[in-house]
Amino acid sequence: MKHEIIEKNIGLMIVLIVLAISGGFLVEVVPLFFLKQTNEPVEGLEPLSALELEGRDIYIREGCHVCHTQQIRPFRAETERYGHYSVAGEFVYDRPFLWGSKRTGPDLARVGGRYSDAWQRQHLYNPRSVVPESNMPAFPWLFENRVDHESIDDRMQTLQTLGVPYTDEQIAAASADIQGKFEIEALVAYLQQLGTVISDKR
Amino acid sequence: MSTFWSIWISVIVLGTVFGCAWLLWATRKNQTTDVETDRTMGHSFDGIEEYDNPLPKWWFYLFMATCVFALGYLALYPGLGNYKGLLGWTSTNQWEAEVAAAEEKYGEIYAQYGDTPVPQLATNEDALKIGQRLFANNCAVCHGSAARGQVGFPNLTDDDWLYGGTPDAILETLHNGRMGNMPAKGTMPSMTNEQVDQVVNYVLSFSGRAEDPEAAEAGAQVFQQACVACHGPDGKGNQAMGAPNLTDNTWLYGSTYDWIKETVMNGRQNQMPAQAGRLTEDQIQILAAYVYSLSN
Repeated sequence: MKHEIIEKNIGLMIVLIVLAISGGFLVEVVPLFFLKQTNEPVEGLEPLSALELEGRDIYIREGCHVCHTQQIRPFRAETERYGHYSVAGEFVYDRPFLWGSKRTGPDLARVGGRYSDAWQRQHLYNPRSVVPESNMPAFPWLFENRVDHESIDDRMQTLQTLGVPYTDEQIAAASADIQGKFEIEALVAYLQQLGTVISDKR
Repeated sequence: MSTFWSIWISVIVLGTVFGCAWLLWATRKNQTTDVETDRTMGHSFDGIEEYDNPLPKWWFYLFMATCVFALGYLALYPGLGNYKGLLGWTSTNQWEAEVAAAEEKYGEIYAQYGDTPVPQLATNEDALKIGQRLFANNCAVCHGSAARGQVGFPNLTDDDWLYGGTPDAILETLHNGRMGNMPAKGTMPSMTNEQVDQVVNYVLSFSGRAEDPEAAEAGAQVFQQACVACHGPDGKGNQAMGAPNLTDNTWLYGSTYDWIKETVMNGRQNQMPAQAGRLTEDQIQILAAYVYSLSN
C-alpha cells in the first residue's frame, strides 16, 4: 500500500489511526469487562449502607481521594503498614472507583476499624490534635452540617441501575434512615467499613 | 481467563509487535536511495515540500531492537493471555518472596523475645528499643509519641489503669482491644437535669471540688441509682468493666464541672482497636513489655 493512498483518503486514515491506537485498550481493558476476577465480589462484600454511601459522597466532595489512595499494592512495605493487598473483587460495587493516585496522606483502603470512632472524629475536627506533624486540613463544618437525606434514594437508584444489588426496600428506607444525621457520622461510618471484608493482615 | 480472551489478547499483542516491524520493513523497501539526497516527494503544500530520505539508521535499528525486546519480554513474563511466561513470575509470588525474605531476616529478632515473660522483657534494653519503634508506628497516633495520652486516650505512663496494668491485662488489651461504653445518664435514663447537676457535684466531691455542697449531698442518692453498677458504691471504679476510678486525680475526659456534665448527659463510647492479626504474637509481646516498662 502506498503512503499516498492513505494520506489522500481521510476516511481510511481515520480508520487506520483508530485501529493503531486502540490496541492497548482492546488488550488491557476490554477483557476485564468479562473476567471473573474483576466482576465477582469477594465473599461477604455488601453494598454501602445509605449512611456509608452518604459518607462516600462527602469523601468525594471534600476531595479526600485527591490526597489519599484506596489501593494497597502487593509490596511488603505496603502490606506491612496497611494490611492485605487490595484485590479486584473488593471494588466491584464502587462507582466511581476511589483508588486515587496521589499519596500525600496514608492509604485508606483498610482504615476501617483501625482507629476508634472517637479518634476519627477528633482527627477530622483537628488533625493536629492527634497527629502533631500532620498537614491534613481540618473539616469542622462536617460537625455542623446535616446530611442530604432527600436525594439519597435517587443516588441509590442510580447505583442499582448500574448493577449494585440494592433492594427496593433498602432504597425506600434510605431517606428516613439517615435523616437528621450529621455529616461527620456519615463520613466516619464510611471510613470504618473500608477494607473490612478482607481483615487478615496477609 | 477463557480461551477466547486468551487468544484475543495474544493475537492483538503479537499482531501489534509484528505489525510495527512489518510496517518499518515495508516502508524501507520502497526507499530508492540509501543516502540523504535533495530529492522530494514531489508534492508541495503552501510551498512546503517533503524530502524523500530514508529513516535514520540509528532510529531504525533501535526500533527493531524494541520489537525484539518485546518478544523476549513476552516469552519470559505473562503477557499473552493464559501463558504463564518462562520465569513463572506473578505479582503475588514476588510479594510472597519479599515477605519470606523479610521474615527470614527480621523474624528471628522478634522471635528471640517472643517467649520471655513481659516483666523480664521490660528490663531488656534491646527489646525496649524495638518496642519503642513499634509503639511509635502503631500506638502513638492515639496515645501520643510519649505515651502520655490525651483527652479520650489514656495516659500509659502513669500507674492508673482502666483495664488493669498487669502483664496479662496489657496483653489482653493489645490482642483483643477494648470497648469502653458508658451509657448516657448511666443506669438511670430518667435522670432529670437537676439530678444531673447533683450527681456531677457529688462526683466532684470525691476530689473535694464540689461547687454546690448541698447538691453534692443530694447527688449521693442519684449516684447510688445511676452509677454504682459500674463505678462501685465508693466511686473507685471497676477494672473488669473498664469503669474508671472517679476518686483519683486522673481523668480520661476533662475533670471540670462542664466536662463531667457532658459525660453524664451523653455517655462516652470509646474503643481500643484489637492488634492481633495486625501485629505478630512476638511483636505484641515486645509491645506489651514496652508499655509495661513505662510505668514499672
